[in-house]
Amino acid sequence: MLLLLAFGIGPMLYALYLAFTKHGSFVAFDNFIKVFGDFRFFPAVQHVAQFVAIWLASLVVLVVVLALIVHAVRVRWVSATTRFLYYIPGAFAGSASVMLWLFLLDPSVSPIAVLIKQLGFDSFITTVAQPNLPVIFTIIAFWAGAGGWIIIMYGALNTISSDVMEAARIDGAGPFKTAWYIQIPLMRKWIAYMVIVSLAAGSQLFVEPRVLSQASRGVVPKDYSLNQLAYQFAFGTQSDYNGSAAISILLLVVATGLAAIFVFRGGLFDRD
Amino acid sequence: MTATSLRVVPSAPAPARWLGRVLVIAVLVFFAVFFVLPLAWLLLAPTKSETALDGLHGELPFSFGSFGQLAENWNNLVQFQHGIIWTWLGNSVLYSGVALVLTILVTIPAGYALAMTTFKFRRLVLITTLMVMLIPNTALALPIFLELTTVHLVGTALAVILPFSFFPFGVYLAYIYFSTTMSHDLLDAARIDGAGELLVFTRIAMPLATPVIALVGFFNFVNNWNNYFLPFITQPGSRKMPVQVGLAELISNTPVFNPTNIASLTISLPQLALATLISVAPVLIVFLFSQRFLVSGLTAGATKG
Repeated sequence: MLLLLAFGIGPMLYALYLAFTKHGSFVAFDNFIKVFGDFRFFPAVQHVAQFVAIWLASLVVLVVVLALIVHAVRVRWVSATTRFLYYIPGAFAGSASVMLWLFLLDPSVSPIAVLIKQLGFDSFITTVAQPNLPVIFTIIAFWAGAGGWIIIMYGALNTISSDVMEAARIDGAGPFKTAWYIQIPLMRKWIAYMVIVSLAAGSQLFVEPRVLSQASRGVVPKDYSLNQLAYQFAFGTQSDYNGSAAISILLLVVATGLAAIFVFRGGLFDRD
Repeated sequence: MTATSLRVVPSAPAPARWLGRVLVIAVLVFFAVFFVLPLAWLLLAPTKSETALDGLHGELPFSFGSFGQLAENWNNLVQFQHGIIWTWLGNSVLYSGVALVLTILVTIPAGYALAMTTFKFRRLVLITTLMVMLIPNTALALPIFLELTTVHLVGTALAVILPFSFFPFGVYLAYIYFSTTMSHDLLDAARIDGAGELLVFTRIAMPLATPVIALVGFFNFVNNWNNYFLPFITQPGSRKMPVQVGLAELISNTPVFNPTNIASLTISLPQLALATLISVAPVLIVFLFSQRFLVSGLTAGATKG
C-alpha cells in the first residue's frame, strides 16, 4: 500500500505540481503552452500516433487470426510447440530486442539482407529513414510482444464451452463462420483489453527510437517520440523539469484515461 | 454428444478442405520463421568473426563459425573496460533480486488483505490498484525520477529497487488468487482455534499461496530485468547501469555504428550479438523452463480463476 502511494500516486501528484509551477510558483498552464509551442512537440505526437495506429491494426488482426489458427490445430504437440515458439521472443523485451533488430536491419550483416535490398534499402541508414520508422517499430514490438497476446487469446478461446462450438458445427457453420460469429464475439473483451493496454504502452514509445537513434547517429532523431522529448526537456541543455513534467502529465492523462475506461466500462476485471 | 456422432455432420468438400489446411500450415510456418529466425541467427552470430558475419566471402548467414572464434569474442567482450559487463550483470542481479524479495513481501500480504478482510476504503484501494496496473510503467518513469530527485535518491541503488518493487499487477494476481481459492471457513476455523491474524496469514494463507508467489515473482523479475527507461534515467554513470542499459551503451563503442569512436578497445558486431545474448540469458532460461506454468499464468492474470 505504501509503495502504491509512494510510486504510483506520489509521482503523479508531484508531476502535476511541477507541471503547473515554475521555480516553485504557480504558473497555471504556462508549461503546457510552452510545450505545445515547442517545434518538436507536434511532430512527436504525429510519430507516436502513426506508430500506434499501424501497431494496433497489425496486432488486432494478426493476433486474433493466429490465435484462432493455433487453437484450431488438433495435434496437441504442434499447437503447444507453435505457441512456445511464438512466445519465446518475449524474453527479449526491452533494449535486447531492439539490439537484435539492429543487426537484422543492417543489410551488411543481416541474414535477411536479400529481402531488405529487394525493398530498395542498401544500407542501415537508408533502412531506418524516417518514413520507415513506424513500420520498423511495429515489427520490433510485434516480434517481442505478440506471442504473449496470442497465448492470452488462446486461453480465452479455451474458455468457450465445447457445447457452443459443437452446436455451431451441427448447424453447419464452417471454421470461418464459427470464428466470425461465435469465437470473435466471445473474445471481444480480451481484444478490448489488448487494445487498451497496447494503446497505453504504444504512446509511451521510448526504448526503440532511443536505441536506434544512438545506433544511427541521429538519423533517427533524438526527439522522435513524446517520451524522448520529455527526456530531452529534463536532461538536455534546457534541464527543464517543469516542461518535462508537463509532457509526462499529458502522457499520464492518456494512460490513466484508457485504464479508467477499461476498469469502469470493460467489465473484464471483477471489482466486486 | 460424443465424438463419433460428429463425423456424420457434412463438412466442406475434400479439395477445399485440403486447400484450407495447406493455407493454415503455411501461415503457421511463416510466423514461426518470423519469430524464430532472428533468434537462430543471434545464437550463431557470436561464433563468427566480424568479416565472416557480413558474408562477403560466401559465408552463409545460418552457418556455424567456430568455437575458437566464440572464445575470442567472449574474451574481448569480457575484457572490455575491465569487465564492465560483469558489473552491469551484477547490478541487474542486485536491482531485480532485491526488488523481487520486496515485491513478494509487499504484494502477497496486500492481495491477501484486499481479498480476505474488509476495511475502510478497500474498494477505493482496489480500483486504484487496477488503474495503476493498467498504466504502463514507462509513463511513470519520468514522474518517479522527478520525485526521486527531490528526495535525493537519484544515483543510489534504492532509486531503482524501490520503484521496481512497486508492482500492482502482483497485488492483483494475489488478490485474484486468494479470493478464488482461499476459503473463509478455513481461516475462521483457525481463528476459533485461537490463532491471531498474523499467525493465520503466515501459517495458513502463505503456504497455500506458493503458486501465486512463484507467478508474481516470475513476472516481476522479467519485467524488471528488461526495464530500460527507469534505470536509464535514475542511474547516471556507467558503473551503476543494469545490463539492459549497458547494452545500449555498447553501441557507441561499436565502430560500425559509431565511426568517430577512437577508443583502442572496441566492440565488434559478433561481440555485440554475444552481449545481447548474455543480457537476456537469465530471462531466457527462466522462459525455457517455466513454459507450461507461464502460459497458465498469463491467462490467469486476466481471467478470474
